[in-house]
Amino acid sequence: MIEISNVSKSYGDTIVVREVSLQIPRRGVTSIIGPNGAGKSTLLSMISRLAPMTAGTVKVDGLDVTRTPSDVLAKRLSILRQDNRVGSRLTVRDLVEFGRYPYSKGRLTPEDRAQADKAIRFLDLQAYSDRFLDELSGGQRQRAYVAMVLCQDTDYVLFDEPLNNLDMKHAVGMMKLLRQAADTLGKTIVLVLHDINFASCYSDYIVAMRDGAVVRHGPPDVIMTSEAIRDVYDMDVEIQEIQGRRISIYYT
Amino acid sequence: MGGPLCHVKPSTGRTRRECCRRIVKRLLLAATIVIALASISLLIGVGDLSLQALFSPQEGQYATQVLLISRIPRTLALILAGTAMAVAGTIMQMLTRNRFVEPSTAGTVESASLGLLIVTLFAPEAPVIVKMLVAGGFALAGTALFLRILKLVPLRSVLTVPLVGIMLGGVIGAITTFFAYRFDLLQSLNAWTTGDFSGVLRGRYELLWIAFALTLLAYLAADRLTLAGMGRDFATNLGLRYRSVVSFGLIIVAMVTATIVVTVGMLPFLGLIVPNVVSLMMGDNMRRSLPWVALLGAGLVLACDIIGRVAYYPYEIPIGTIMGIIGSGLFLFLLLKGRERLA
Ligand SMILES: Nc1ncnc2c1ncn2[C@@H]1O[C@H](COP(=O)(O)OP(=O)(O)O)[C@@H](O)[C@H]1O
Ligand SMILES: [Mg+2]
Repeated sequence: MIEISNVSKSYGDTIVVREVSLQIPRRGVTSIIGPNGAGKSTLLSMISRLAPMTAGTVKVDGLDVTRTPSDVLAKRLSILRQDNRVGSRLTVRDLVEFGRYPYSKGRLTPEDRAQADKAIRFLDLQAYSDRFLDELSGGQRQRAYVAMVLCQDTDYVLFDEPLNNLDMKHAVGMMKLLRQAADTLGKTIVLVLHDINFASCYSDYIVAMRDGAVVRHGPPDVIMTSEAIRDVYDMDVEIQEIQGRRISIYYT
Repeated sequence: MGGPLCHVKPSTGRTRRECCRRIVKRLLLAATIVIALASISLLIGVGDLSLQALFSPQEGQYATQVLLISRIPRTLALILAGTAMAVAGTIMQMLTRNRFVEPSTAGTVESASLGLLIVTLFAPEAPVIVKMLVAGGFALAGTALFLRILKLVPLRSVLTVPLVGIMLGGVIGAITTFFAYRFDLLQSLNAWTTGDFSGVLRGRYELLWIAFALTLLAYLAADRLTLAGMGRDFATNLGLRYRSVVSFGLIIVAMVTATIVVTVGMLPFLGLIVPNVVSLMMGDNMRRSLPWVALLGAGLVLACDIIGRVAYYPYEIPIGTIMGIIGSGLFLFLLLKGRERLA
């Protein structure tokens, strides 16, 4: 379980995350939604010890993330941030194999390699595995990063807008893959999503943020109402039930 | 990562072992070229030294003396300095994530010279290892200052980074020159900042083995340095203690630079050219690329030194000049060829 208690973050006088308390249960997919600048990325960075918090605590399976040695945490929790610019010329395979670093510390075992192969296959990257990252399209690169994080094989996996740059087919593939990881491998997946319909179709739980605070949280059918979405985004949308799923029509 | 040096291409249907063998073969070929260059370097020079002379009874003793006291030390110094400088450049480029950074575009060399000047002024009798350590301390402080300034400069573009470094180096260099002028040490300062191997003799180059040992140490940490080169967030996510790895890398760079400045003087462009060429050829996974960086560094320095010695025989053109010409040419080529990637 991820326990977030009274977490705040401010830059100078501006508070960007204010007193967020939240419990994210083990197993399953939790989506965080909210308008630009709501503090979603900041919250995710604090949960994963990439950014220090101004106040509050975050515990993952009882381990305080700011006190636990980084290499211990790296075997339990992994994160992929929103904008990744790995400037190094690494091949996709190199990158994915580095996902095993917390375990192998550079000495890859055959199991480590098998794990990397599997991650490459899952993300449909076999054809590109020997290409350098700077020779890929944005979507292919995004999939390579996701493969690396999956190769890290942690119980908790955090993604900040993992569907960035992905085409329709790969976006759906990615969501199915994450759903499957939660269902068959018992992973706890936390992701920031912009398309609330993906959140609706694939999450067990949705957390809605606005102005640095959590304004609503609950299962999809509680969050996917016109009223709740108006509270979060200041926008009137129509929600329809299509094939048993709540879909919002917000394009026009 | 991979096996120590391997780069597998399953798409070509080769097994990991076959690929390893191919890579080792190529490395051996490159090493053979370096050894050939080293042999040429041993045999040319003003003092007559031919293979016949070496084995003839009359001249043999003289030739052996030349070989032991001057030629072998010089060739070893070239190899050690070339290797270490190229590796130091690679480490700096990884840690700053910028392809234009090397010890002479980050204030490192100028700081080392300042340290060396100060220790020469206040403790002229200090053993050379002490001088080197003081210079290394200054080099480290100067590089740390460079990184601190980078954090404060907004809107970092690829080119502002080395520009900041060159300006910082200019300021430190000006201070150093001022004091060198006041205390009549300009000639020494010149020796530190321009590489020259003509004065290398037995007993005057051995410090370079320290630079070599540091290079080996960097190789042992190759995975960690590569990870650090992916940026702080990636590195932290994978459990790396990012700051300690960066500090470790910078200490290696500072000490290598200090050693080279103290013994043979700075070699320009080397730390810029070699890492860029190797990166284009085989990427930035340092476990795989560092052996190539080392070989190419040694080979380039040996080649430049040989050209400098034969071009105007019996006079010698300083290696810094040759490196400047070849280096800037290569660098222009790289800029034009790898433009998309560098910009
Ligand atoms: N380094 C920073 N300094 C000042 N403000 C920042 C910084 N980083 C983010 N912010 C501000 O924090 C707020 C939340 O940002 P973020 O968490 O990235 O939002 P989201 O991911 O929900 O779009 C934004 O208003 C942003 O401008
Ligand atoms: Mg964000």
